[in-house]
Amino acid sequence: MEELVLSVQHVTSGYYSGGFLRRGTYQEVLHDVTFEVRHGEILGLVGESGTGKSTLAKTILGMVKPDKGQVIHYTKRPQMVFQDPYSSLNPAYTVGWILEEPLRIFGKYSAPERKRRVREMLDRVELPEECLSARPEELSGGQRQRVSIATALIQRPRFLIADEPVSALDVTIQAQILKLLKTLRNELDLSYLFISHDLNVVYQLCDRVLVMKSGRIVEQGPVEQIFDHPQAEYTRHLLAAAE
Amino acid sequence: MKQNNYLRTGLFLTGVLAVLICLGFFWTPYSPTAMNGSEKFLGPSLRHLMGTDNFGRDIFSRVLKGAGTTAGIAFCTVAIGAVCGTAVGALTGYFGGIVDEALMRFNDVMTAFPSILLALVFISVLGPGSKYNVILALGVVFIPSFARVTRTAFASLRDVNYVKSVRLMGAGKARILLVHMLPNTAQILLPAITIGFNNAVLAEASMSYLGIGVTPPDASLGYMLSEAQGMFSAAPWYALGTGFTIVLLVFSVGLIGEGLQRRGKEVA
Repeated sequence: MEELVLSVQHVTSGYYSGGFLRRGTYQEVLHDVTFEVRHGEILGLVGESGTGKSTLAKTILGMVKPDKGQVIHYTKRPQMVFQDPYSSLNPAYTVGWILEEPLRIFGKYSAPERKRRVREMLDRVELPEECLSARPEELSGGQRQRVSIATALIQRPRFLIADEPVSALDVTIQAQILKLLKTLRNELDLSYLFISHDLNVVYQLCDRVLVMKSGRIVEQGPVEQIFDHPQAEYTRHLLAAAE
Repeated sequence: MKQNNYLRTGLFLTGVLAVLICLGFFWTPYSPTAMNGSEKFLGPSLRHLMGTDNFGRDIFSRVLKGAGTTAGIAFCTVAIGAVCGTAVGALTGYFGGIVDEALMRFNDVMTAFPSILLALVFISVLGPGSKYNVILALGVVFIPSFARVTRTAFASLRDVNYVKSVRLMGAGKARILLVHMLPNTAQILLPAITIGFNNAVLAEASMSYLGIGVTPPDASLGYMLSEAQGMFSAAPWYALGTGFTIVLLVFSVGLIGEGLQRRGKEVA
């Protein structure tokens, strides 16, 4: 059997609407979600907005507790890259400081070692060294997203969740970031869960795809199979809408 | 840049006042308590910039010393209010839940009383006459407003992506609150501090004027104002000099606050 990095088993999650004192009706966001992320793969998660993709990401990262089922991690400390590159970098600090912070939190490296790792990671995400002394507000959207990726990767996680990481960017910048994500996967031996509503992006990047609708996984399989021979009605509908 | 003129003028005026106040700690033209029977009720002149009072004391020297006392009390008051208030606001804003509800309702109760009245209660408990009691009483009274302001700021930052991501990286709660969130509340906190400082100056002046604040041999601007009231017709320059100093102090710090607020809006 292939090595797994993540196993999500029968996860059901929801919340009670209504507020103070009165417990409202139960709103199910995820229903019996089961899937695995294999070592080294990029798993796409597609579906319209509001289908629970972000809730699934939060559940995987433990920000939301599942009501039923379980999430099993086979790697330590998965990290996340967020959609909005403007709110994912602390505006009070320089890029160099932000990049070094995960290593300071980790607490096992000396200051020169941290600096060395920061430079190395900056190099990997193809940013010039001048960026280190810049504030996030001085960078473009694409540069910020590169910094976000570098920040997420500097603790050397094996598994990364990317929630719509390119949907806030221009098309040309999108292509660069996607290429970077692919390169980093190969160089750093990573696995991704790549969340997107953009089927073209998923087709370019992913190895396997999960299709999600109203909190359920309606179809999953290798990317060619899903795109060329969709089985579920909803997948066909999505593909038709994307063309 | 128009909004920076507020900040620049405010900083300049406050700077000048700060230098004068610091000077007053070490040196005054005359001793603020030295009486001189031959120079009673003299009007402002080059010898006595703000004239003299009924004992022939140099008012300018007294104002220098008094402004130092007032500013010192206001500074300590705001320090207590800002530090404790921010701590309360950070904890309630970040963690929310039942503690948040309880502390904020307690806060509502505190703010329901006029602050001066509340300070009066504290003074009567602690005992009047000491400037340390004035600082303590006013400081406690100032906590709720700082707590309220910072709570909102911390609550809004709780789910911002950069906070989420350091949480994922395993950062401790203290580190998240102090290193990652606190600097981003500066835009709200700094104007609040300047406004708080001004309120503290006025509150101290009111309390000393009412006779429950600073007592001799210490002299604050408020105490001197109440003293000046008794000789308003004989030495109007006493009341004017003291009052004008209070106004100038509040005005210049207020300008800084206004400038900071406008700069905050521009950034946002």
